[in-house]
Order: sequence, then structure tokens, then C-alpha cells
Amino acid sequence: MKKIPILILIIIAFSGKSQPSADEILDRVDKNMSSENRIFESSMTIHGKRGNRTMTSRTYSVGDKQSFTEYLSPAREQGTKMLKLENQLWIYSPSTDRTIQISGHMLRQSVMGSDLSYEDMMEDRKLTDVYTAVVVGEETVDERNTYVLKLTAKVEDVAYFTRKVWIDTERYIPLKEELFAKSGQLLKRTMLSGVEKIEGRWFPTKMVFKDMLKQGEGTEFEITSVKFNQKIPEHIFSKAALKK
Amino acid sequence: MIKFLIKGLFRDKSRSRLPIIVVSIGVMLTVLMNAYVRGFMGDTIEVNSKFTNGHLKVMSRAYAEEANQIPNDLALTEVSSLLTELRAEYPEVEWAPRIQFGGLVDVPDVNGETRSQGPAIGMGVDLLSENSKEIERLNLTNSIVRGSMIAKQGEVLLSEEFSQKLGINPGEVVTLIGSSMFGSMTMYNFTVSGTVRFGAEVIDRGAIITDIEDARLALDMNDAASEILGFLKTDFYDDERVVKLVTEMNEKYADSSDEFAPVFKSLSQQGAMGQYVALVNVWSIYIPMVFVFAMSLVLWNAGLLGGLRRYGEVGIRIAMGEEKGHVYRTMIYESIFIGIAGSIFGTAFGLFFAWLIQTYGIDISGMMEGASMMLPSVIRARITPADFYIGFFPGLMSTVIGTMLSGVGIYKRQTARLFKELES
Repeated sequence: MKKIPILILIIIAFSGKSQPSADEILDRVDKNMSSENRIFESSMTIHGKRGNRTMTSRTYSVGDKQSFTEYLSPAREQGTKMLKLENQLWIYSPSTDRTIQISGHMLRQSVMGSDLSYEDMMEDRKLTDVYTAVVVGEETVDERNTYVLKLTAKVEDVAYFTRKVWIDTERYIPLKEELFAKSGQLLKRTMLSGVEKIEGRWFPTKMVFKDMLKQGEGTEFEITSVKFNQKIPEHIFSKAALKK
Repeated sequence: MIKFLIKGLFRDKSRSRLPIIVVSIGVMLTVLMNAYVRGFMGDTIEVNSKFTNGHLKVMSRAYAEEANQIPNDLALTEVSSLLTELRAEYPEVEWAPRIQFGGLVDVPDVNGETRSQGPAIGMGVDLLSENSKEIERLNLTNSIVRGSMIAKQGEVLLSEEFSQKLGINPGEVVTLIGSSMFGSMTMYNFTVSGTVRFGAEVIDRGAIITDIEDARLALDMNDAASEILGFLKTDFYDDERVVKLVTEMNEKYADSSDEFAPVFKSLSQQGAMGQYVALVNVWSIYIPMVFVFAMSLVLWNAGLLGGLRRYGEVGIRIAMGEEKGHVYRTMIYESIFIGIAGSIFGTAFGLFFAWLIQTYGIDISGMMEGASMMLPSVIRARITPADFYIGFFPGLMSTVIGTMLSGVGIYKRQTARLFKELES
């Protein structure tokens, strides 16, 4: 008989730490990952079949709708700029002095030979607007407890029909993501690490993207410096800025 | 007796001239058709070999597995040293590095914005090296419709149809948007030096041809090539010889541990062309056989008629006491002389006309509009060793067999009725 109150106490204790809903989890992730604007410098190392290539870039972004990236190195890519405004993307090549809009099937091309496509870069809708999310369990990733969320598309025009996301239960940062086609085939896998507290928010600074249909060891993306909520001149997000 | 028979044939023109002319014409047609059929089929192989397959092709092992996708990320690297080795070791083969690529050709307006755009199939070819035979091999000079040949780096040839679709003229600048060897998007400006038409819709739809060094710069393929094509210096594809060479080369260069090691493939080992080569091998036996058979029937008939025409002469000879067997044998001997003479003349004329078609060709470019297959616009005959003896089958054998059959009648003639027959 003495065991019953103890059992009730245990149940009450655990029920106090109830699991948040999938949408709540995604909202908290958004708070960490999104910002009014940000400026960051990054390096991208592509581990191809024939060796590694590293390129550095500086990116200015406002929300998810506007971003401007300038490649700083290597010499061949230096001065290449990309401008994203809403659902339009332009790329400027200094060697040809041409600005080309990337659209249609070109969006499926790889960005600088990496495991990321332009289409991946263009995805700016909130996950909760595009997917129906459910928590399907809890797992450990890199010795961190995570919620496993399964996201299924509720609209037609998505690049990936389902996603599986592993979200740190304490810091609300995605640590792993798998993207699937409608057929169920795994298309891409992302591993996130190097989580740091920057300006009061948790933020992953290292990401490894792997296009599962492509040979090679994947693409490492590292944010070398990031500043949130900076004053970014409006003219940066214009086509004229590409040629400057 | 042989001397006597030949003298008889020479003196009696009705026994020699017409039969020899008939046999000669038949043999000439047989030889000519055989050379023509082989030439046409061989030319189709040659056209494809010059543009895409080579007589043999060198690729990286990884590239060869996905060759139809043109995976330039798997292209051959350090090509200049590989070429030096190949040129030293196999001087009987001419080597031509090529870069195949796909991409978009974008035409800017005055503000640098896209005016028109279209998908292109590109080819980087060695056009500016001093000793390169690529211009001649691809017949580029004769294919130019507007403008001129590429004379310096940074220039490009567009197919005429494609240039009209894009609304571009020689002298204007286009941007190639492609994919580098490392998978990143590349842009490269070219000046259109001229437009070309090859007569094959497959490539005329959207071809872009540039010097291989420009293709290397555009696609970040330093000292690389999608493939190296090999051409026998004899100019004609010889499957047996090439397969032997390729086997030897693969044994020498094969490195199972390196997926980028060069792998050699003969034209017959390359996808659809392999099937075509096999088909050509079968056709080049059956088509001349059918023709030889048809000509045999004609000449056999001529032999029969020749025998029957001499019905009266044979009757007189038997009436004069000549043995039937002797008459029969002399007629066969005569037909052998006729057959040999006709075959020699026919073969000589057939070879002469075949040589003319082999050298000058027959231009069928007017019939090629809308063709979706890469076919030659000039058909050429091809003289092979078989052409020197193939005419003797219908020329000699059919004439002799015809005479033998018609001559059987000699044995059925009755001496008692001979004079009666002769009177009538």
C-alpha cells in the first residue's frame, strides 16, 4: 500500500514536464534561428570526389525574404554575388559582367558545386505554413536528447514532401534533418553542430549537408562570424548592388 | 585447242562481243553496288565517329559508366601528359581531346538583361592548334552558313537554326551558362564568329562549338577533357584492328584501384553505335549476296540464251561428225573465256566508277532536311579487297552454269533429224 503514493508522486513529477506540441517546438526553433536581420561570414568546404574546395562568403539577410551574398574566395569565384528578393534569385558573374535570373530547372542546380541547390536557398516559408508536424519520438543525437518531428507537406509546391527533424530538447535547435521525396527516398541529410549562444540565442555554427543522390563526402558549412539585428542599407538588396 | 577457241571467239564477234558486254555490265554493277553499299554504311559510321564516338574513345573509368549523361566532374585530367604518351606509343592513331557539355546560351540586350535564351549541346574541340585536323574532320569550313571560322580564343560557332531561334548574328556576344567540372554554375562570354549547319537535325537544333581551351576556361576544366577520341590514320574504321588495339591499351593502362584511370573503348563497344556496327557487318554480307544472286540469274539467263542462239551451229557441227561431248566441252571452254574476260572488264569498270564515287562522292544534302539521325550528306563508295573478286561469282560461274545447262540439249539432238532441222 505504501508503494501507491510513491507511484502517484512519480507520475505527478513527470506530468509537470509535459512534451510540447510539434508546432510549439517549431515556434521555439524559429525564435532561435530567425532574426530581423543578420550579417554573417561563412566558409563552405565541398568534399568532392576529386578533393576538397573551400570558398568564403559574406551574407546580408533581412528575415527570410531578402538576402545578398558575395563570394570572397577563391579567385575564380571572387566577386560572384547572389541576390534573393522574395521568390526571385539573381546571380552576378564578374568575369562576364552579366546578371542572370535563376529560375525553372536551373533552381535545381547545385550552388557552387555544393550539396545545396538554389531551390534549397529559395525556401523561405515558415515550416508550419507548409508542413503538418507531429512529434514521433525522442532520440539521442551527438549525446543530446532530441525530439523527432515528422513534417508532411500540406501544400503541393514543396521540394521535399516529408522531412524528419531532430530538435534539441533543451536548446531548441535542430541537430539533424533528413529530407525525403514523395516516394519516400531520402534525398538530403543535414547535420548541425557547434551550437553557441550568440547574442542571447542558441545558434548552430557548423552544418554538414549531404545530397544523398550525389557522390562525395558532403558540404561543410561553417559560420565564422555572425551579427544579428544590424543596420543594413536598403540599397544592398537591389540588382544595382550586384554590379558594384 | 585453247588457242583455236580464242581465235574463233575473236573472229566471230557475235560469239564474243555481246556476251562479254552483257557479262561486263553485270559484273560492273555487282562491284559498284558492293562498294557503294559498304561506302554508305561506312560513311554513317564515319560521321558518327567524327562527331561523337571516334574510332576509339578514351574516358575515365567513372565517366565511361555514365557517359550518356556527360558527367564532366568525372572527366579525364592531366590530359596533356596522357596525350604525349599516347602519341608516342600509338603513332598509327590520331588523338583528339574533346569536351562535351550542356548548358544555356543567353543573349543579352543593351542593358545586359536576358533578351533570349535556349538550351545548347556544346563541344569543345581543338580548333586553334597548328597541327589539329579537327576543322577538316568535322567539315567545319564547308558547314559555315554565315560569318567565319573561329580564328581566336573567345569565339564560338552556333548552329544556324539555333542562332535564328535566339535572334543572333555573327559578331554579337552570348553568355554560356553551364556547370563547371566541380558542379558550380559558370558563366562565360563568347563572341559568335559564325553559324554552321551540319545537315543533321540532332546537332543543328542547338549546337555550340568552341575551341577546347575556351571550353576549359568556361567550365573550369584545366588540362582536362571529357574524352579523347582516337582515329586510325587510314581514315576508315576497321573494327577488328581497333578492338585489338583497345584490348592492348586497356591491358597497359587499366588500374582497377583508380576510378579515374583511362579506359579505352572501340566504336563497336560504345552503346548504340556498337549495335549499328554489328548490323553493318551483317548487312555488308547479305546485301552484296542478294545482288550477286540477282546478277547471277541475269547472267545465267544470258548464258542460256547464248547456248540456244547457237542451236544451228551446233547442229552443223554434229552433222559434220563432231562428237557431241566435244561440242559441249568447247562451248563450256568458250563460256569460261567469255566469263573471265567479262569479269575482268566488268571489275575494272566497276572499280573505276566506285573510285570516282569514293573520291568525289554523291551530294545528298538536299535530301537530308529534317533528318533526325546523323547521316552523311555526301555518300561515298568504299573499295574493299572483296571488290576485286566479288564480280567473278556472277561473271564467271553464272555464265558457265548457264552454258552447261543450255548445252545439255546437244546430247538430245538426233543425227537423223539434223538435216531436216537445218533445211527448215
